[in-house]
Amino acid sequence: MPISETCLNIDGARAAQSLQEALTALDTAGGEMVLDFSSVRRVDAGALRAMEKLAAAAGDKAVKVGLRGVNIDVYKALKLIKLASRFSFPA
Amino acid sequence: MTDYAASLGEDRIAYLEGLVDQARTAAAVFTQYTQEDVDRIVKPMVLAGMEQARHLATLAFEETKLGVLEDKAMKNMVATEFVYNYVKDKRTVGVMREFPERGLVEMAEPIGVIFSVTPITNPTATVLFKCIMAIKTRNAVIFGPHPLAWRCCFEAVRIMYEAAVKHGAPEGVFTCLESPTVPDNQYLMRHKDVRLVDATGGRGAVKAAYGSGKPALGVGPGNTPVYLEKTADLDMAVVDTITSKTFDNGTICASEQTVVIDDEVYDRVLEKFSALGAHICSAKETALLGRVLVDPETGMARPMAIGQKAIDIARAAGLAVKPDTKLLIAPIQGVGREHPLSVEKLFPVLAVYRAKSVDEALKVCVDVNRFGGLGHTAVVFSRNDEVIRKFGEVIDAGRVIVNSPGSIGALGGVYNDMVPTFSFGCGTGGGNSTTDNVNVYHYLNIKRVARRTQMPMWFRIPNQIYFNRNAVENLRQFPSRSTLIVTNPVLEQFGHVEVVRRNLPPQTVVHVLAIPEAEPEIGIVMLGLEALAANKADQIVALGGGSVIDAAKIMKLKYQSPQADLEELGAPFLDIRKRVAEYPTEKTNQLRLIAIPTTSGTGSEVTPFAVLFDKQRGRKVTLTDYSLSPDVAIVDPQFVMSMPKALTADTGIDCLVHALEAAVSVYGSPYTESHAMQAIRLAFRYLPIAYENPRDEEARSMMHNAACIAALAFSNASVGVNHALAHAFGARFGVAHGRANALMLPHVIAYNAAVPTKFMPSPHVRGYTAHKKYAQIADLLGLGGHTVAEKVDRLIAATEQLLDRLAVPRSIALLGIAEEDFARAVPELAQIAFDDPSWRTNPRMPLLNELADLFWSAYRGRGLAKAAGPSEQPTAAEGLVYANK
Repeated sequence: MPISETCLNIDGARAAQSLQEALTALDTAGGEMVLDFSSVRRVDAGALRAMEKLAAAAGDKAVKVGLRGVNIDVYKALKLIKLASRFSFPA
Repeated sequence: MTDYAASLGEDRIAYLEGLVDQARTAAAVFTQYTQEDVDRIVKPMVLAGMEQARHLATLAFEETKLGVLEDKAMKNMVATEFVYNYVKDKRTVGVMREFPERGLVEMAEPIGVIFSVTPITNPTATVLFKCIMAIKTRNAVIFGPHPLAWRCCFEAVRIMYEAAVKHGAPEGVFTCLESPTVPDNQYLMRHKDVRLVDATGGRGAVKAAYGSGKPALGVGPGNTPVYLEKTADLDMAVVDTITSKTFDNGTICASEQTVVIDDEVYDRVLEKFSALGAHICSAKETALLGRVLVDPETGMARPMAIGQKAIDIARAAGLAVKPDTKLLIAPIQGVGREHPLSVEKLFPVLAVYRAKSVDEALKVCVDVNRFGGLGHTAVVFSRNDEVIRKFGEVIDAGRVIVNSPGSIGALGGVYNDMVPTFSFGCGTGGGNSTTDNVNVYHYLNIKRVARRTQMPMWFRIPNQIYFNRNAVENLRQFPSRSTLIVTNPVLEQFGHVEVVRRNLPPQTVVHVLAIPEAEPEIGIVMLGLEALAANKADQIVALGGGSVIDAAKIMKLKYQSPQADLEELGAPFLDIRKRVAEYPTEKTNQLRLIAIPTTSGTGSEVTPFAVLFDKQRGRKVTLTDYSLSPDVAIVDPQFVMSMPKALTADTGIDCLVHALEAAVSVYGSPYTESHAMQAIRLAFRYLPIAYENPRDEEARSMMHNAACIAALAFSNASVGVNHALAHAFGARFGVAHGRANALMLPHVIAYNAAVPTKFMPSPHVRGYTAHKKYAQIADLLGLGGHTVAEKVDRLIAATEQLLDRLAVPRSIALLGIAEEDFARAVPELAQIAFDDPSWRTNPRMPLLNELADLFWSAYRGRGLAKAAGPSEQPTAAEGLVYANK
């Protein structure tokens, strides 16, 4: 069965809000969702909390979430908070 | 669940987990900040702290009922302004410091979540200080205040947090426990996401921090001794001591506890104390104070007295003192449990001791320091630098404060240039991990980015080398009153000594010492020394092979520097620049050494090596130092024209091995390689001619030059595994050095040309190049071949052909050594070869089983060596089996 993929851009200026929207979009996503972080230079605590929620909801709904274009500083923050392992990082 | 967790209850645990979660998220967010980001946050925090200094002092004073409100306000200002002044220009994000000349860069990495315990005595100042440090270093902190000071701390954290977040700090970067308990602390100290415990407080908190199993900064109690020495400025000392001991009613743990005063000034000092508001206790009053203030069970001061005023303490003890009394001074006669007031007293009671001598004073100070204050702080007042130095030496304290107040001095930045702090490291003596004034650098993981550096190399050779026929005539230009010719009896018979004698300046008195042509023993060296001394010689001419020249080198060394310990100088080393043994530079006698070789192989006339045979221990001692190199080398082929064929072959091969090993050495350089290549070219071309036509003067001359040129190369690049094998094998089976080298040579080329099992660590070499260098040699010799492997194979073949022409036996077996004898010897030979320093510069690091394998290859013989690819390498297991068969 083909797996459909939903792509969303995360707005660097309002990352937490964008991630909240992604959370909502999970319901309509197919098996996979890709979030484009190319414009995200830095994540704040609100964004990290949103990502935590997103990871939990994606797990419940069996949706794989990939983060594309994540810069190394954001990636390290995700590693420190043990969130990195809950996402994939497609090239 | 642990005991402390069980006592917390689910709600409290959820609360604590919430604090950690906030801090963890904040710490993760914080890692993305730049130096400019954090500096933008720190400054307004400091201003907020300064602005609220009195407000926080009031809260602290009202909550704890300790100390002096005004002093607490002052401490809050020091904790903000002074600390800021220290940290503001410090780089704490990314690159901290660069050392381009060393190729080193230090980079900062935040720690993450820190759990910080703060004390009752300095509650708000400690919080302000730690908040500034945390922001400057991008860490998140959970504060665990003292249970009796948590409200004021909570407010201090709030003020700092709001200022920080307003200017961009991550949410949750500071949190503070409300109504903290000991189990809270235990839970957080052990929490998996807490990366560092920073405990400033009493013994219990510090002990718990270190017991948590987490990296901890635990700084605890002191017991500050003060030595008031007779040369001190007494007025200054008394005022400083009162200022310090009464500051915040003595709550700073660095404050003075016992002043040890020289007998000569004791009475005057007490008068000055008294005049400035101190009450000098009588013996009876002192005893009374001791009973009231110190708990006889614990031997520690009672908490009820901490931070109280002197008059209140006096009143509680039933002492009648003037209403303006600032300080109670209690004379004591010793230190220890039987002298209760010799303990730490965080209140304005000061013990004093009359010392009859400097020694006694120092002893009492040591006793005070070690009676509960090890590693913390000590104070000395003196104008005598020697006393100050001695005090610093004998007192085990992280801070020795000189001619200034202990408590304010220890805080740093006010009376001295120490780092401002509110946390005093007490070193291992105090059970702490540091003696520093805790500062921003303790809140960082400092990473070192170390670039590859290339050590300076060298190319050192004798000043003068004369070569070609009749080069010996150059002896005339070296004036000498008395010359000792060291040679061997055969060369005397050949008339060579007479040639030398004829060419020395006419006024020179000449003496001859003929020694055996064998590795010199110490007895031979002693003979030489006697001859040098008896004849007051100012010059040695060493005429002979390597052994004679080596003997002369050692004679020169010992004659010039009789104190030289040959045993020590022969100690093993890895890098000549870093070795332990130091060759003497002071010279009792001046002596010139001129070396005239009579063989074409060792190159001893230009090398910094000399081998001494230790007959007693049955082993060779190799001395290596450029001071051993002869001053002048005369490479005159007339002295080698009569060399026997076998000696020509053996020494010529020695020369070739020197050059081949120097060419691939990891210490090689363009300087050594050019010499090595030239020597290889000359040896391949002229050695067979010199061997087959001994009277061919050109061939003899070129081989004589080749030996010297090869020596110039290996004097600076050293040799390799071929020599290690040859030394071990030659010594065990009595085979001449050159011949032993020859038997190993093709196998060693193949071995070095293959992909190593272990690479030799060397900063000088980029990549593995031995096989390519062998290929270059093949090209130099015009051997043909298209690939590197082909060229190496052709070099091996050419080497084997050369050895065949020189009638070198094709195998060890052909020397008549039985296989079973050899098999028995191989394991030990491999070990001896491994211990030989020669291979330290080999391009491939030999393993024991590989050394054994090489011995067996040499035993089997030539014609089998090939440049092996990775798949053709024997496994370690195969090598071992082979070694043991």
